[in-house]
Amino acid sequence: MKFQRVSPALQVAAFIAALFVALPLLSIFVRVPWSDLGEMLSQKSTREALLISLQTSIIAALISCLFGVPLAWLLARSDSRGLSALRVVCITPMVLPPVVGGIALLTAFGRQGIVGQYLYDWFNISLPFTRTAVVMAQVFVAMPFLVLAVEAAFRQSDWGLEDAARTMGASPSRVFFTIAIPAARPAIIAGIALAWARSLGEFGASITFAGSFPGRTQTLPMAVYELVSVDYRLSLVLSLVLIFISLAVLAAMRDRWMAAR
Amino acid sequence: MSISLNGSVGRGDFERSFNFTIADGEVLAITGPNGSGKSTVIHTIAGLIPLRSGHLESDGAMWDAPDSQQWIAPENRTCAVVFQDLRLFPHMNVMSNVAYGLRAHGVAKDEAIERSQKLLTRVGLASFEKRLPSDLSGGERQRAALARALVMKPRLLLLDEPLSSVDTTSRAALRELLPEVLGSFGGATILVTHDLGDVEAVATRSLGLN
Repeated sequence: MKFQRVSPALQVAAFIAALFVALPLLSIFVRVPWSDLGEMLSQKSTREALLISLQTSIIAALISCLFGVPLAWLLARSDSRGLSALRVVCITPMVLPPVVGGIALLTAFGRQGIVGQYLYDWFNISLPFTRTAVVMAQVFVAMPFLVLAVEAAFRQSDWGLEDAARTMGASPSRVFFTIAIPAARPAIIAGIALAWARSLGEFGASITFAGSFPGRTQTLPMAVYELVSVDYRLSLVLSLVLIFISLAVLAAMRDRWMAAR
Repeated sequence: MSISLNGSVGRGDFERSFNFTIADGEVLAITGPNGSGKSTVIHTIAGLIPLRSGHLESDGAMWDAPDSQQWIAPENRTCAVVFQDLRLFPHMNVMSNVAYGLRAHGVAKDEAIERSQKLLTRVGLASFEKRLPSDLSGGERQRAALARALVMKPRLLLLDEPLSSVDTTSRAALRELLPEVLGSFGGATILVTHDLGDVEAVATRSLGLN
């Protein structure tokens, strides 16, 4: 361990900060009804919410990757002024209250929405309050995390290698797939994990745009929220599941997120 | 094939005029100290830096002429480059590096491998196919970069300080190898160097920059 001198006052402040984060999480571990855990986890409503959460968040992470990586590439490799504005728009969901995101999605894709009305009139497609809406809400809030992570990697990667590939006859798309993507692979994997974790925890935008219908659109966070007043013990168990999944993501990405020592 | 550059190249505040023509079989050495624009001219001919003014022409085809807004993208110019920093792709083994350009030009995989193997044998890297660039010595990396450029059978080969990053032993070996492979490839070569020994060993004529 490095020799460091941290004053006692700072140590106390640091301890309070750490305790403030750790205490609520530890409280869940203390209060979870461990003896009934197996039975509660096997309940139909729990399994359904878990399944919907896993299904929608995995699809959302993959969609975020499929479209977010090209967006990150465009933002990293183009110096047009309009793109700065595009970047701001694309990362806005990161700082936007999720419920506002849900309202925005309703306004665009709701049955009376700017796009949604035509989808309904012409194709009889109604997106709100469906599982597709859950995925859309998750992509809306999660994709910016992936875009930022991957764009940073593209910016840091060696332009010289891309230039070399071009002098060898590689088209811009070949350069992207054979040189840029492999160089940014760690960031892309981290971006997918980040987007997935964010999708899994998504609540505000999803519940506004997709509603909380058990077995159809109700994800784990929605189930936790609804159970708090009805079955507190079960909400603790579902919270525990979400904590474990979050810890697993953190463990898998520890090299990237933990401070270098 | 002939290539002619009559115009000025530059980046930022730097600008320098060039006027030369080079034909098949010729090896033109451009010499000069650091900062004299040697690398810039290579990058300009390859299409990685736009020409400031004038024109760059290859066999009557205009590659770059800013006044008439003519421009051929790097991937469509019939030249190959050995960069000063080599720029071997770190995630690909030697074979994949050498075969990359052929595959990009639509050559079938088997043929690309066969042609790459021949070239690797010629530069003395026959048994290094599966190695990553990071597992090669400086001289071996240099040979791999040379093979990667020559395998394309380019009409114009651009060598940017090809012997600058190797030790004395490798340099001597490469000075023997270079005239041999350049003599048999048939196209035109532009060699940029600050080392007059390189010029003597390979060039058919030279152009000095101040």
